[in-house]
Amino acid sequence: MSKANLLDRREVVSTLLEDRRDALVVAGLGASTYDLAAAGDHERNLYLWGAMGGAVMLGLGLALAQPDLPVVVVTGDGEMLMGIGSLATVGVQKPGNLSIMVLDNEAYGETGGQASHTSVSADLVGIARACGIADSKAISTLGEIKSFARGAQDISSGPRFANVKIDAANLERVLSNRDGTFIMNRLRAALGHAPI
Amino acid sequence: MHARTEAPLEQAAAWPEEIFAILERYDVRQVPYVPDAGHSQLIQRVLGSATLRGIPLTTEEEGVALLAGAWAGGQRGVLLMQSSGVGNCINMLSLTQIFRFPFLALVTMRGEWGEFNPWQVPMGSSTQGVLELSGIRVLRATHPLEVGDVVEAAASQAYNACTPTAVLLAQRLIGTKVFVK
Repeated sequence: MSKANLLDRREVVSTLLEDRRDALVVAGLGASTYDLAAAGDHERNLYLWGAMGGAVMLGLGLALAQPDLPVVVVTGDGEMLMGIGSLATVGVQKPGNLSIMVLDNEAYGETGGQASHTSVSADLVGIARACGIADSKAISTLGEIKSFARGAQDISSGPRFANVKIDAANLERVLSNRDGTFIMNRLRAALGHAPI
Repeated sequence: MHARTEAPLEQAAAWPEEIFAILERYDVRQVPYVPDAGHSQLIQRVLGSATLRGIPLTTEEEGVALLAGAWAGGQRGVLLMQSSGVGNCINMLSLTQIFRFPFLALVTMRGEWGEFNPWQVPMGSSTQGVLELSGIRVLRATHPLEVGDVVEAAASQAYNACTPTAVLLAQRLIGTKVFVK
């Protein structure tokens, strides 16, 4: 299934986060969560194992609540398509500290590799831009990933969106924590918020 | 457009102001909503507020995920929607149990109390059941004078006890939508 010249998703995410500093990172369910776990567990990671279509909105709520911190959402094309309206909602709010990266393998990798809409016709970059996220681009090199990562640290210049066409190879799962209350309360504690 | 012709929305009603005051007192910051005529006065107040942020959604389930993210970042929120929107939220409501965050929704009811539009009836009839099956506690306000107490109780259990709660604001309270030719 792998195509030449497409980026490796694990390398993309580890490069994106190699100098993450204080960034808060949300990963969509499935392979994106495994990618985030593979890049190294972190108290500022919010892993999703469900709630398909919700990753960008979780990122938006977080970004609005923590406007001084970079918030990065990493998710897949299928998850992004299910929550496609959330790009329009982000386009209205325009949080400067929110960056969205879609790892686009043009397939539902977790369920057998069925083709997604991006393999045929859907243009996520065009959709994001048309939703009012002016800084929306397609990325195809690790150099551009590094540039995107640097941009994400500038909390006044977002929102930004990038679609990265990645190799469709199914990689070994790297399982993150999946106890939601643990993940939530650990992140909140990292931000100084006490339990109720 | 089909405007409601009942008096409560023509003159400013007191109960939306009471809700707004409660939200302010509980330090609610993010107010995602899909517009509904029954919420229009409250939405106006939120959009005019310096501390509460109104966040229009394309579909109600966005609001559930948004509130989870808000809580992760230390802010409380409330989701405003119509009964038909509850059906759009079902899978996303899993987050209330998974993340155990303080979820509060204020739901204006359609499909009851003299409803003219039959298309509102199926979802309006199952709204409470859908919420309860999704693990959300349901309170209902039917009369203007009880709205403040009911919303206060809901906010208290949602924000103080992380008990996911929805308040159904009855169609009788809001007024039956009148369709005229």
